[in-house]
Amino acid sequence: MGTGTELGRVRGLGAAHEGVHHWWLQRVTAAGNLFLMIWFVVSLARLPVIDHAAMVLWLKSPFVAVALILLVISVFWHFRLGLQVFIEDYVHEPGNKVACILILNAYVVICAALCIFSILKIAFGGVPA
Amino acid sequence: MAHNPARPLSPHLTVWKWGPNMLVSILHRATGTVMAIGGGLIFTWWLVAAAMSPNAYDIFYTWLVQPDPMSPHADAQQAVHIIALIVGIGLSWTFFQHLASGVRHLVMDTGAGYELRTNKLGAIATIIFSLLATLAFWLWIFWGKY
Repeated sequence: MGTGTELGRVRGLGAAHEGVHHWWLQRVTAAGNLFLMIWFVVSLARLPVIDHAAMVLWLKSPFVAVALILLVISVFWHFRLGLQVFIEDYVHEPGNKVACILILNAYVVICAALCIFSILKIAFGGVPA
Repeated sequence: MAHNPARPLSPHLTVWKWGPNMLVSILHRATGTVMAIGGGLIFTWWLVAAAMSPNAYDIFYTWLVQPDPMSPHADAQQAVHIIALIVGIGLSWTFFQHLASGVRHLVMDTGAGYELRTNKLGAIATIIFSLLATLAFWLWIFWGKY
């Protein structure tokens, strides 16, 4: 960090004009995933059955619904960042790289939106058990 | 030329051997990718099916979790269910491996654990943890059911 201008060092963005934002968010969401995924896996395993009635009843609890929405945000954000690095490392042709990143963004946004809407619909009583 | 295996190898594109740290490094990326695509799609299907209707959920449930012996597709469901169980065990292992190597990454982000011996032991520990945790998890699941 010794070769930039004074202003460049203050901004802290480096040669890629991105700084450590991507790297840092990957760590923040990793910490979120650690707690939320352990809660999710243990909770699912503790349920005696996971049929439709059990799922709807379980997801109606505010704590479960909110925790699951936070899990979707944290996990999907985390793997969007991770798969972006995967694509940047292995897809070399610039056009293909842009196309892959766009497909990745579409996949993440569509699936996350479907998940969050589904959780809310069940939590607000939109699905008869 | 005589090769003395005790001497260290210089890093080179073609002159290297597998070590636990290299294995864990690529496993971290592979397990993350598998979970993001496979796990993400199954997780989304599960939630959307639950939000649609009991019938939509039953398709997920009878094909992946619990085959319905009364269904006209009972045999096919039984076969797919076994594949789903293998995929489920695989995904649970990828989860525990990614979790362990992820925590190892967080420790290494602080600048700790780069000594050769510590680094190698840490890598081996993530593999042992993921295998034991997968075994314990499925023993717990089946213990409760049967």
